[in-house]
Amino acid sequence: MAEEHLERIFQDKIDEEIRIEPKDWMPDAYRKTLIRQMSQHAHSEIVGMLPEGNWITRAPSLRRKATLIAKVQDEAGHGLYLYSAAETLGITREEMIAQLHSGKAKYSSIFNYPTLTWADIGAIGWLVDGAAIMNQVPLCRASYGPYARAMIRICKEESFHQRQGFEILLTLSRGSEAQKRMCQDAINRWWWPAVMMFGPSDESSPHTAQSMQWRIKRFTNDELRQKFIDVCAEQCTILGMTIPDAELKWNPEKNHYDFGPINWEEFWNVVNGHGPCNKERLDARIKADAEGAWVRQAAFEYANKKKEKEQRKVA
Amino acid sequence: MSSNDWPLWEVFIRSKQGLDHKHAGSLHAADAQMAIENARDVYTRRMEGVSIWVVESKNIHASNPSEGPSLYDPANDKIYRHPTFYKLPEELKNM
Ligand SMILES: [Fe+2]
Ligand SMILES: [Fe+2]
Repeated sequence: MAEEHLERIFQDKIDEEIRIEPKDWMPDAYRKTLIRQMSQHAHSEIVGMLPEGNWITRAPSLRRKATLIAKVQDEAGHGLYLYSAAETLGITREEMIAQLHSGKAKYSSIFNYPTLTWADIGAIGWLVDGAAIMNQVPLCRASYGPYARAMIRICKEESFHQRQGFEILLTLSRGSEAQKRMCQDAINRWWWPAVMMFGPSDESSPHTAQSMQWRIKRFTNDELRQKFIDVCAEQCTILGMTIPDAELKWNPEKNHYDFGPINWEEFWNVVNGHGPCNKERLDARIKADAEGAWVRQAAFEYANKKKEKEQRKVA
Repeated sequence: MSSNDWPLWEVFIRSKQGLDHKHAGSLHAADAQMAIENARDVYTRRMEGVSIWVVESKNIHASNPSEGPSLYDPANDKIYRHPTFYKLPEELKNM
């Protein structure tokens, strides 16, 4: 069949909200876009464990420690759901990991910021997981079946992440003066990076139109960002804390909050590898991969030996 | 694929006694035992299952989507297999 014809069938399916499955014909660019987005998403879940893992041994109580371990373990699971969904597009796990380590594949820049105090764990849950949820809920209806199904699973698990984070901040916000200061300081540091998680503004996001046509994306970066800011501005009042944006103000005409300018220079700086922890994060991943190599090999050899033994028994 | 990469497994989970196993996703593992243990950690962290099946992905054979129309053609024109095909009087109860 001619390429044009196949392409028309493909787009018709998408317009009718029929999911695309691994064996269906799809344009090369669609496949490439998905591989890039899904692997980047998977890498973000995995690298995202590092800043939080930093506080597991220092969590202030057993309850907090158990919760944080469960959350970090969920993120590992999210990474795995997404890696296997991406593998259905014909890229191997090894290729994806290699692309992360070489810097060819990116991960969310938010994880290049350090977790300096316990309050950061609260701020990450509230703001970072909050922004992730905002991004991820529409992806549950993404046109590629395996991606959408992975996202449904992920979204079910995310809501506890955000709630436990808010609970941490709420506790601090009702604590001593020092705890309140710590809470505000964490919000101050995580607010703008979280706002930037939605990616460049629509006018500098050239792929958005195509991704919307393919129904990989349902809302533009700026639409999701606005939604996030509106929700957080309200939630923050419950904490009695302030959002570090002097221009944040309800605009009754637009029915949205107005907000101050975003520092895109900082955003691109971190994306291009110059954030506070870029090197540390990548080094940690590369080290974990290298140090785990012998375990993977041993398990592989053991499984093979067992298989051979069984085959000999049968023969 | 380099020589010691673990194979891919498809995971099927029975969520409750009495229900079918349903495809949950896939994962890599060196052997079936490890695949089941990994599936437990990856897909049943919140008691989502009471039974796990794992099948090495290479052993699954799938129908080809482009052959869909001809593959399902035999069933296409047999609406008389559905109960609603039969027009019966309203008074008829319990059928
Ligand atoms: Fe996650
Ligand atoms: Fe999360």
